[in-house]
Amino acid sequence: MVAQFITETRTEVEDVARLAARGVTVGYGGRAVIDDLDVSIPPGVVTTIIGPNGCGKSTLLRTLTRLLKPAKGTVVLDGEDIDRLRTRDVAKKLGLLPQAPVAPEGLTVGDLVARGRHPHQSWLRQWSSDDAGVVERALAMTGVADLADRPVDSLSGGQRQRVWISMTLAQGTDLLLLDEPTTYLDLAHAIDVLDLVDDLHESGCTVVMVLHDLNLATRYSDNLIVMRAGSILAQGHPRDVITAELLYEAFGLQAKVIDDPVGDRPLIVPIGRTHVRLEPVTDPLAK
Amino acid sequence: MSAADMDRAGVDKADANPPLAPGVRLGQVSFVWRPWLVLVSLVLAGAAFLVFCLSIAVGDFPIGLSRVIATLLGQGEQVDEFVVMDLRMPRALAGLIVGIALGVSGAITQSVARNPLASPDILGITSGASAVAVFLVTVSGGAAAAVAGTVGLSAAALLGGLGTGLLVYFMAWRRGVDGFRLILIGISVTAVMQALTTWLLVSADIRDVARAQAWLVGSLDGRSWGEVHIAFWGSLALLLVVATAAFQFKPMHLGDDVAAGLGVRYTRVRAVLLLCAVLLAAVAVSAAGPVPFVALVAPQVAMRLARCPTPPMVASGLLGALLLIGSDLIARTALPITLPVGVVTAAIGGPFLVYLLVRANLRQGV
Repeated sequence: MVAQFITETRTEVEDVARLAARGVTVGYGGRAVIDDLDVSIPPGVVTTIIGPNGCGKSTLLRTLTRLLKPAKGTVVLDGEDIDRLRTRDVAKKLGLLPQAPVAPEGLTVGDLVARGRHPHQSWLRQWSSDDAGVVERALAMTGVADLADRPVDSLSGGQRQRVWISMTLAQGTDLLLLDEPTTYLDLAHAIDVLDLVDDLHESGCTVVMVLHDLNLATRYSDNLIVMRAGSILAQGHPRDVITAELLYEAFGLQAKVIDDPVGDRPLIVPIGRTHVRLEPVTDPLAK
Repeated sequence: MSAADMDRAGVDKADANPPLAPGVRLGQVSFVWRPWLVLVSLVLAGAAFLVFCLSIAVGDFPIGLSRVIATLLGQGEQVDEFVVMDLRMPRALAGLIVGIALGVSGAITQSVARNPLASPDILGITSGASAVAVFLVTVSGGAAAAVAGTVGLSAAALLGGLGTGLLVYFMAWRRGVDGFRLILIGISVTAVMQALTTWLLVSADIRDVARAQAWLVGSLDGRSWGEVHIAFWGSLALLLVVATAAFQFKPMHLGDDVAAGLGVRYTRVRAVLLLCAVLLAAVAVSAAGPVPFVALVAPQVAMRLARCPTPPMVASGLLGALLLIGSDLIARTALPITLPVGVVTAAIGGPFLVYLLVRANLRQGV
């Protein structure tokens, strides 16, 4: 199978969720981090999960990608229970980039991205011309083709993250789940990586990610999932979801939501304590 | 075969940009063509075979290399046949098998733990085997003597190594095995086992201590065909398992989460591979005693020679064999007194590793 998103037009029906969690309860040890949660990921758009530290964002993403097995409930991928599918078959449909992955020292970009072909390979068939083609396209799409000979550890943080995304693309999936792809990146590199995510979205990929930066999440996603304490507080388009009230409820953050002077999405301006020009702000919920 | 198939057969040339490793296709089988790795492996195999033959040729009754090879091919004279096949072959073969087993075992543990420090020496296998062996040698009478009499010292050491290896593995288990925790626990268990060994040696009868010490340094002296047979078939079976599972290594090098994302059942694959590594090391220790440094150094040297980012299995095994037989040869011939092989592997392996590390640092500095 080649990377369909690169070669073919999408055949999915628009309103069918690619990936959904149904009544999942997930925890570590006896403690439930997520309790009886339902969520579905709409196809063809960028969905971002936001929420305060420890609210279960990464746990939800890990559950959706079968890295964590829910104690109760099921995760459904293209209509099938993910737990019943062979993990290799899941890997052909769903690409995953975990938080801060580390490549062995000296591993070249080309070699790393080529390893994304693993689900399509077998002991006898370890490398084919199909593989070479997909890897070349994945490298080209993420703009790292020129770096193919360089060791991954010699690259900048932003380039490195592009390379890892390229590896998940080489899996030939059009469903990508990225766990905090901008962690440890400065703002310019974070924008660079998110522009790449947007390119992938434009080419027909469904993307789910966890982000910490609320303004980047608002700017780059079409669907926000706002979590607090293991459940979903709100879900929808950033323009509908992001309000001062919601930010206070989810994060305990006092903020003003204004029109973005450069974008067509809301812009969050945290208020905080010092150097504030306005009159003292009252609790938005007290109104 | 159609023209298109003909086109695909042989080496697929990747485009000039990006420069990917080209693929090779032979019927249904296809793999990445890495000429340098293949060349290094072939050279190592040739060198290991040469040293193997040299090890047979050299001795109180020297035999020319050509005559050794002729005898190995079954075309030698009768007198050579006896010296080569009956007297010297078991020792050389034991060296070959132990070297390969240690090299591959180290390559596996270093890959699984993603840490060059993780070798069977550090994961407690060698020290566990030693403690059991020394216990059987020094504690005379009663149950110990009965065990030593029935299963033999080698088999008891094998069980000791296996038991300690499994103990370390299960103690390091907490929702999966973390490489760093594996090493820390391995070091602790090794320390305990070494303390136990020392205590046994201090409190034992002086004649038993001499026997135990000889075993502890690691030696190929007095290997018999019987021991070689056990080591050979045991290692062969394990290497076959490793060869089937090794395909899963490529994604495993990228960490658990990435491997899981690529559809690898990493807990299962890792358990199988680590068990193979522990068993290979235990087989090696039971055949030659705890030969130090080979399992740590061989994969690291092979990695640098083959210019791979991770330890290459085949080259590590071949380098282990080369190192072990070569050291044994030096121990027997180059020095005025005959030393156990373990002394030489430590003396050669340690500095070579330091040299490689220093060279790598200097290169990075430029």
